[in-house]
Parts: sequence; structure tokens; C-alpha cells
Amino acid sequence: MTRLMLLLLVAVLALFLVSLTLGPADVGMGESLAALFDDSYGPLTLVMQEIRLPRAILAVLLGGGLGLSGAAMQGYLRNPLAEPGLIGVSSSAALGAVLAINSGLAAALTLGLPMAALAGALAGVFLVMALAGSHGSSLSLILAGIAISALAAALTSLVLNLSPNPFAANEIVFWMMGSLADRSMQHVWLVLPFVATGAALLLTLARGLDALTLGEDGARTLGMNLNRLRLLLVIGTASIVGGATATAGAIGFIGLVVPHILRPFVGWQPSRLLWASGLGGAVMLQLADIAVRVIFPARDLKLGVVTALVGAPLFLHLIYKTRKGLA
Amino acid sequence: MSLLSVQNLSVTLRNRPVIRDVSFEVQPGEFIGLLGPNGSGKTSLMRAVLGLLPATGRSSLAEMNTSDRARAVSWMPQSREIAWPIPVERLVALGRLPHLPQGLQLPMADQALVDQAINRMGLVSFRRRAASRLSGGEQARALIARALAQDTPLFMADEPATGLDPAHQISTTEIFATLAAEGRSALVSLHDLGLAARHCTRLILLSEGRILADGAPSDVLTPDLMARAFGISVWHQNTAQGPVFQPLEVL
Repeated sequence: MTRLMLLLLVAVLALFLVSLTLGPADVGMGESLAALFDDSYGPLTLVMQEIRLPRAILAVLLGGGLGLSGAAMQGYLRNPLAEPGLIGVSSSAALGAVLAINSGLAAALTLGLPMAALAGALAGVFLVMALAGSHGSSLSLILAGIAISALAAALTSLVLNLSPNPFAANEIVFWMMGSLADRSMQHVWLVLPFVATGAALLLTLARGLDALTLGEDGARTLGMNLNRLRLLLVIGTASIVGGATATAGAIGFIGLVVPHILRPFVGWQPSRLLWASGLGGAVMLQLADIAVRVIFPARDLKLGVVTALVGAPLFLHLIYKTRKGLA
Repeated sequence: MSLLSVQNLSVTLRNRPVIRDVSFEVQPGEFIGLLGPNGSGKTSLMRAVLGLLPATGRSSLAEMNTSDRARAVSWMPQSREIAWPIPVERLVALGRLPHLPQGLQLPMADQALVDQAINRMGLVSFRRRAASRLSGGEQARALIARALAQDTPLFMADEPATGLDPAHQISTTEIFATLAAEGRSALVSLHDLGLAARHCTRLILLSEGRILADGAPSDVLTPDLMARAFGISVWHQNTAQGPVFQPLEVL
């Protein structure tokens, strides 16, 4: 357990360094890192502080958040196929962002796009909570999430459909593929409180998620307040996923695949999976973001495309393994 | 001091009365068998008593807050849910959750109770096996051990012996009887009237959501009441080997 955590932590730090020192300019690792803390390097300092540092920090923050919320969601629903986008927040955040691009708000204001996406996420989470009710079971939450996801996706398509400006449509499609390129420290400061709050809330759920191994009645008679647990889960997940979608677009598969891979290594215990999955998510998103820059440096490969390309086959492999275990 | 007090409890589900005006008390040292045909309301009654089902009337357990209740009663539901293939000893240790302050490390005293529960249910050789991959009967025993580890004055279980082999049906029922002898109490629904006759200190017979009879096994397992509740004829004798009860025919 502790060895796994140590291993993941080392991987996160190592990849962070690689991410910081990776770029088109042919500069050594030591020199880049020195430039990060020393203004005398001129343009290199600027590149390090304004371009690479925010990108590397965002990869850790968002990857960690998505991994953690995936583990919490799977633990709550007791289903390894659940993912944080299930509650409809990523779709509604995307709708907010799409509206901002289409209306020109994104171009007019520096943080117009992420702010609009956060507003969309907030509206989405309120609708889901209102639909699911405060005393419902996990099933009502899933149904409400699917309904809101479908509605937000339909409205997003409508905006694309009616978009008078082909450039805006193009921009929307590319934005939705997800990316961490050209983000600034402003984005980091914007998303940090959301991810931190969400993570703090989700980490308090550890015991309740363990108790849910015995089902909802079992958990309640072990002294868990499931209405409170569900509320914290939804707010925590929405905070993380909303923040992540607002700053980086739609990045799928992290919250689905990472908990699934790490579960056997923590003895299948939902509580121990939370931390491990957070670190694992940071590793996977950093790997994907490094791959984006190494594979086609000139073609602006999108992050969400890479996570899906890596995630889907991995997921197929896991399904195959599960099927063999069942037979 | 009673461990559970139920007064005029009624449950209505989808406009259909399921439990009607049920009252009873549970004193320390009782092993109460809850009997009744399918659909007579055994599960609904127990869930309402625990506060898991909205009900009118009073139940002393339903009135507690969730964390106090978790130290007053343990519950083994009929559906044997084990969501993840965690090791049996971890599953049993979940019973200690209501007693731990914070964090998830198990103190020595708690570990002792977990070990005791595992020994009692004969699960020593299964300790490290994945709980959700055990056979149905073994899973039931692991879940009973989990409830025992919660170490509460009152145990409630919904058909815990169903699906167990004869030896484990007897030993499980004997464990509840032992708990009663130790001064705790158990309220257990069961269908095996023979086991009920031999081991329970008291029986509550439900029919169509009402208590038809409540008393000592010899007073409840009468031919007349069995005919009214289940529609069966029975043979019930006190023998040298203790009371023997055998259902005979459908009337």
C-alpha cells in the first residue's frame, strides 16, 4: 500500500519535471529549471513561468482531481463502469463554454470561456440535484445525470447547428477535444480552489464508501448518513469536473480507467483507492500531455483524443480480463 | 431496560398497508424468531423498526440518530450484498466502523472482536479469500460475522440461515441462542420452523402485516395457529432430544 503510494508519488514528480523541461526549444533540463527561478535567462524564463509551469501544474491538478472523483463515483455506485461525467456536469460545463465561444464572450474576456463553463456546470449540478431529490437512491442520481447529460449535449449540438460562423464552429469542435496548451497561471488560480474544495470533500467520504460495500441498507445501519454522503459526492465531483472542463475541455477516460487499474493494488478497498486513484490520475494525464507534445509536435494533437485513444483499448483489455474472471 | 420498543407501528407502501399496528418489546437475553408466510411483512417490519422504511407509530431504534443506532443494533439484510472482492477479514472489520473515532487503522481491541467473529462463524481458513467470490452460504456466514463484529446489544437479521447447509444452519442458530444466553438479544426472521422450535426463546408470528401470535415457541407453534398462518398441518412433540417440529401437509 505505502509502496504503491510512494511509487505513484515518485512518478508524479518525475513526470512533472519532464513536462516542465519538454519543449520545441533545444534547451537542457538543468538550464530550463534554473531559468524557472532566475529572471536573468530572459525569454526562457518567460517560457518556463508563463507557458510550461501552468501547463505542468494543470496536468497534475486536473488528472489528480479526475482520478479521485472517478474512484469516489465508482465507490458510491459500486460499479466499476461509473465515471465522474455521469452526473452531467461535464456536458453542462461544455455547453456553457460553447455558448461563450459562439457568443463572442470567450474572445472578449480573458477568462470568459472558463467562467461561462463554470456557470454551466453550476446550472447542471443544480438541475441534477433537483431532479434526483435529496432522499433518493443512487439510481435516481444516475437517471438525473443521464437526462441532464443528454439535454446539455442536445443543446450543444443545437448551438453548433445554428452557428452562423464556421470559424466559431471549428473552434468549438477543437475546444471540446480537450487541451492544456497555452493555459496561463490565471487558469491555475481559477481552477485551484475548485479542485482543492472538491478533493477535500471527496476525501471525507472514505468510510462511507467502505461501508457501502455492504449495500445502502448495510451502510446506513453502520451509522452512515447516505443523504449527506450523496450530497457531498455530487458537490465534490461537480466542483472538480466543472473546474477541469472549464480550463481544459472534455478529457475523458481518466476517471473511468485509473480507478479500475489501481483497484487490485489497494485490496479493492474503496477508501484506499481514493488517494491512489488521485495520484494515478495525475500520472496518466501528465503522460498523455507529454505524448501530445512528443508524437506530433507540429500538429496540435488534442489531449482528450489521446486519453480516449489510450483509455479505450485499456478499458477493452480490462473488460476482457473481467470476462475471463467470470467464466 | 428493553433493547427495543415498538408501538403501533404501521407501514404503507404504494397505498397498500404492509404492516398494521404492530407493537412489541425486546428484553435482554431473548432470541426472537420472526415467523410468517411469504409477503406477511417480516422484512418490511424489520426495516421499519430500524428506520430504513418510513412508518407511522414508534420504534425506539428509528428515533435514534444514525451513529447511536449503529452502536445499538446490527443488521444483516436479506440481499447479501458484497460489492467488491475485498478479503473476508476486511469485510468483517467493516462492522467496527461505528466504533472507530477517525482514520481506518484497526485498534487491538477491535481486531480481537473481528478475530472472535471470524472464529465463531468458522471462517478462519477463508480470512484472506475474496468475500464476493465465496459460495452463497459462505458469503452469508461472512456477513453474519460482520454483524457479530459490530458487537451491539441487539442483532437483527433477515433470513440469515437461508442457503446454509444443515450443519451451518444449526450452528448459526446456536450462535444467536448463545448471544441471548450472554444477555444480548437477537431478532431473526426464519422459515425453518424446526430450528425455531428448538432454539428460539420466543416467537412472533406475522400474518398479513399483523401479529397473529407472540409468545413461547410451544404457544405459537400450535396446530391451530400454523393452519391459520401457513395453511399446513404439523407434528410437534417434546422428545428426549428436545422439541421436534415437523410440517406435514398443505391443508
